[in-house]
Amino acid sequence: MAQIKNRLTPFFENITFDREDNELILNFGPQHPSAHGQLRLMLHLQQEQIVKSHPDIGYLHRGMEKMAENMIYNEFMPTTDRMDYIASSSNNYGFALAVEKLIDVEVPRRAKVIRMMLLEINRLMSHLFWLATTALDIGAMTVFLFAFREREYLMDIIEGYCGARLTHAAIRIGGVPLDIQDDFLHQLRVFLNKLPQNIKDYEDLLDANRIWLMRMEEVGVIPTEMALSWGCTGPMLRASGVAWDIRKEEPYELYDEVEFNVPFSDKGDNFARYRIYMEEMRESAKILYQTIDMYEKCVKNGETELMAHAPKYISAPKLDLMTQNYSLMQHFVLVTQGMRPPVGEVYVATESPKGELGFFINSQGGPYPYRLKLRAPSFWHTGILTDLLPGHYIPDVVSIIGTTNIVFGEVDR
Amino acid sequence: MRKYTPKDDVQAKAYYTDRYYVAPQVPKQEVESDEVFAADLAAIKAKFDVKEAFIQVEQMIVYINASDIYGVLELMKDKLTYTQLSELSAIDWLAKDNTFEIFYQMLSMTKRKRIRIKFFINNGEAVDSVEKLFRSADWSEREMFDMFGIEANAHPFMKRILMPYDWQGYPLLKTYPLEGDEFAAWYEVDKIYGKEAREAIGPEIRDTARVDRYDSERFARLGFEVPKGTEITGNEERNVEDYQEDGGVFLIKKYSKKTSTIVDDPQR
Repeated sequence: MAQIKNRLTPFFENITFDREDNELILNFGPQHPSAHGQLRLMLHLQQEQIVKSHPDIGYLHRGMEKMAENMIYNEFMPTTDRMDYIASSSNNYGFALAVEKLIDVEVPRRAKVIRMMLLEINRLMSHLFWLATTALDIGAMTVFLFAFREREYLMDIIEGYCGARLTHAAIRIGGVPLDIQDDFLHQLRVFLNKLPQNIKDYEDLLDANRIWLMRMEEVGVIPTEMALSWGCTGPMLRASGVAWDIRKEEPYELYDEVEFNVPFSDKGDNFARYRIYMEEMRESAKILYQTIDMYEKCVKNGETELMAHAPKYISAPKLDLMTQNYSLMQHFVLVTQGMRPPVGEVYVATESPKGELGFFINSQGGPYPYRLKLRAPSFWHTGILTDLLPGHYIPDVVSIIGTTNIVFGEVDR
Repeated sequence: MRKYTPKDDVQAKAYYTDRYYVAPQVPKQEVESDEVFAADLAAIKAKFDVKEAFIQVEQMIVYINASDIYGVLELMKDKLTYTQLSELSAIDWLAKDNTFEIFYQMLSMTKRKRIRIKFFINNGEAVDSVEKLFRSADWSEREMFDMFGIEANAHPFMKRILMPYDWQGYPLLKTYPLEGDEFAAWYEVDKIYGKEAREAIGPEIRDTARVDRYDSERFARLGFEVPKGTEITGNEERNVEDYQEDGGVFLIKKYSKKTSTIVDDPQR
């Protein structure tokens, strides 16, 4: 093929020198190792201090809302994996719960317990990943290796369950597709028994580490009003003095039956957020121990159902498909044409590891959602950088982006 | 007769719907059935015109006039403790009656309640920005503008947020096809090389499973390898490579591809 000359002209956008006010514009990203994805920050600098910050996003925009409007409900499930790909089961779950509320089905108890296990494992995976990458950004290589090692165990457990390590698609509308494998509980127990020591190891490395404290304490302080106004949720909000956890306040699944605390802090700085992630890992472990007991009780009580019974919307179990003609017909229609939820709308918020993950679905009675809006927490946690960064110095940018825990799969969707 | 395809909504449609199918409704409850919501609605009604209000799936939905939005949200934030604007976007009803439905998803953390404030605007109208009340609206309104072309009055920075600044068209409109329009298909080529290069470069390959056996630039031609960029005629010789471990393998005779034949006829 002949060479075609392109029209791109050299453009040194990274530096603009202005003799008048001596302001430097620094282009942070979109390819920056500590931007945790495709984040471009245009930073106006006076010396080393940031006076204005302008986050630019959209480098990973795939138009998921548009895709959702052109997919039947079950078809969209694997796409949700690609939002917050660090904890993809939480996305699956948020979507599944929204559709379940829309079609008004109740999930069997055993499936609920399995879902809770998956959700909490995902939360642990996400928090461990957060700790690893943030510590690496600050320069703590050992913590990175430690935390990734533990995350690997969890990924193995998940892989044993659904076959995938990152994009799980492990939850279906109306329940879960599979029961947990034989050694799931054993592996989980082994992991959980070791976890307190592991968390203590991280804390030993970080809590009194002079560099860590200097980069974290009193840096990136988000006052309560600012956090509320910017729509911050999850650990970002709890670090700013609002003890709001959707699992506790608007309980879904069986979160009202398990005991756990909601750690929060009124400091609002990076260090407070770090402490909250660490405490939340302990709380997740606490919940997981309880779900193991709940699961064993389910087994003892002979509750074997994993999918809700709602023939209009959800296929029958495999055994029925193989033996009952009518179930097979229903299944065929549901797979080829898709379920048709009633006309109406629903907004369902769940507590994903990053914050409030909301699915707004407007159904017009067709097999495709008429409008589906994804409310991803990281979107606003990126937006807050506009107001948060001015006044800070360049090294603080890295640690602040780190503790906001943004994932660009869900910022850009 | 050619099949009718509506131009105002080009999204995926059900290919078969029973003639007598009547879609059921998600049940709505009276606002009076919930004390907290009833009190909130009364407070809003005292100052503003409320067109319709009901409870659906545990959340109250209130329809108001488009011009009241700033006042209603201010009242809800200051007096009714709805301190967070979780979400804000639009629904495209252009095909039905040339309107957009805008919704504001509000959360009160002290009452543990969620309210959805909604109103309709005509195509081409703008909404009042609530960015002064909730900073989160800054980005939400930009996203709404980006996706639907609905502008927000008095917004400090009404620019696209997810799509490139020089993009044309609004992707979430029902008139916008899923695979993009003409502009989208040629965006990179036009921008980098100019329109006149379209023919030389050709359209973007969107079929991810495409294999072109005559393309020696992008595809390895297993068994028919040629140097990169060679013109392919289709009469290339097969490159046969024999392989045998040093010293042979136990029980296996040397296998030669050249001399061996493939049996096509199972009956022989």
